[in-house]
Amino acid sequence: MTTIDALRKALTGTPGWPWLEEALAKAAERPESAVRPFSSAGRKAGRAELPDAPGWTADEAARALLLAALPPDRVAGDVTAFYQYGDADEKRAVLKALPLLPIGAQAVPLLLDAIRTNDARLLAAALGPYARHLDPPAWRQAVLKCVFMGVPLDAVHGLGERADAELAEMLAAFAEERAAAGRPMPADAAALLSRLTSEET
Amino acid sequence: MRIFDPHIHMTSRTTDDYARMSAAGVRAVVEPAFWLGQPRTNPGSFTDYFDSLLGWEPYRAAQFGVVHHATIALNPKEANDPRCRPVLDLLPRYLDKDRVVAVGEIGYDSMTPEEDDAFERQLALAVEHALPALVHTPHRDKARGTRRTLEVVAASGIAPERVVIDHLNEVTIELVHGSGCWAAFSIYPETKMSPPRMVEILRRYGLERMLVNSAADWGVSDPLLTLETAEAMLKAGFDEDDVDKVFWRNPVEFYGQSGRLDLSAVAGADEPTFAGSSIKRGGE
Repeated sequence: MTTIDALRKALTGTPGWPWLEEALAKAAERPESAVRPFSSAGRKAGRAELPDAPGWTADEAARALLLAALPPDRVAGDVTAFYQYGDADEKRAVLKALPLLPIGAQAVPLLLDAIRTNDARLLAAALGPYARHLDPPAWRQAVLKCVFMGVPLDAVHGLGERADAELAEMLAAFAEERAAAGRPMPADAAALLSRLTSEET
Repeated sequence: MRIFDPHIHMTSRTTDDYARMSAAGVRAVVEPAFWLGQPRTNPGSFTDYFDSLLGWEPYRAAQFGVVHHATIALNPKEANDPRCRPVLDLLPRYLDKDRVVAVGEIGYDSMTPEEDDAFERQLALAVEHALPALVHTPHRDKARGTRRTLEVVAASGIAPERVVIDHLNEVTIELVHGSGCWAAFSIYPETKMSPPRMVEILRRYGLERMLVNSAADWGVSDPLLTLETAEAMLKAGFDEDDVDKVFWRNPVEFYGQSGRLDLSAVAGADEPTFAGSSIKRGGE
């Protein structure tokens, strides 16, 4: 898992860095000022993948830094507002930033919201490292929803360690329904099911 | 033929509509925030709606190869409801977002003092957030409403070329033509404008600063009337380039003024559009 410092280093020297540095300085002084740069981050910081932060784009990383610049005593509440008023890209950036922020398990309701949506991008972003705070039934349902919606299971952080017999049972039931309907089971889900069942025996 | 529908309420349409639009050549749409038939009773209903216009609806559109942008505002009708007005204070939260290409629909419904206030405040927000404005003209008392609209626009200080006055007809185009504002027309199966009448207006007033939309919504309307109007233009002697100007390059030019129109997912969108303006992301 990356860190805020690693994201800062990956952004330093990019074309959008001077803009971001100024926005971060302002946000530290006056947290309300983070609202506008948070929305315009894609246009100002760019949207390219960051070579030094695999899996992160420049706008996502810039948004994570803006959230990390908020005073620790209000970050949990503000993160909720940034998510609530965010467009799909902003919501994704919030979800990805959650494990990097000093908020403990307070943002779990945001994950549950993202998992309730039918937007594959949000569902995938909700199953990063912060999903360790989800209780097992919610986490299993989210994994099964990925299979159902065709979200590749490599989006699920720590799948290998956390997948259990209960998930295997749910996957087996799903495979049975798919077989009955004459529709294929996604290959990654079939592989996971096969691994989980072979472990049991 | 590539079609950009500059005003359509896709939230009210089905996936069948998206499939038919896509097959007809509709590659891009702008969905203005408006009323929903059923009145809203609190600001939260608006924010859920804005959320949908900026999250779920573009996602749905993309699955049919249609690029979706939105305009955000408190509409004129609900500007009269004190339960809805607090949404005016929430608008700045939405006006810097990527897919927001104008403030709208704003303007008049019944021309009340409350509508004056919401209209003026939202024109000021458009200036502050460097956005064009999409202005609805009233169904009733339309000519007077259009005249008053032009006065308020002029007094607001927004550049006229950053304003489109919508739902015009043979009478109200007379007022808007020459004002510097863009003129938009909604083609409906029964009311508003029809394809043959639209072609006549284009013949008479030319193609500059003209937008044609379906304004399809939850009422009797048809998202393919853009195509039908384009075909009527061809039959009346306009050429392919004229049709491309009205149904692609003009909307790209108008909403491109936001610096936020992202047509990178549209094949052929990079073809020459208009001088000196980029349609690429980051063109702000």
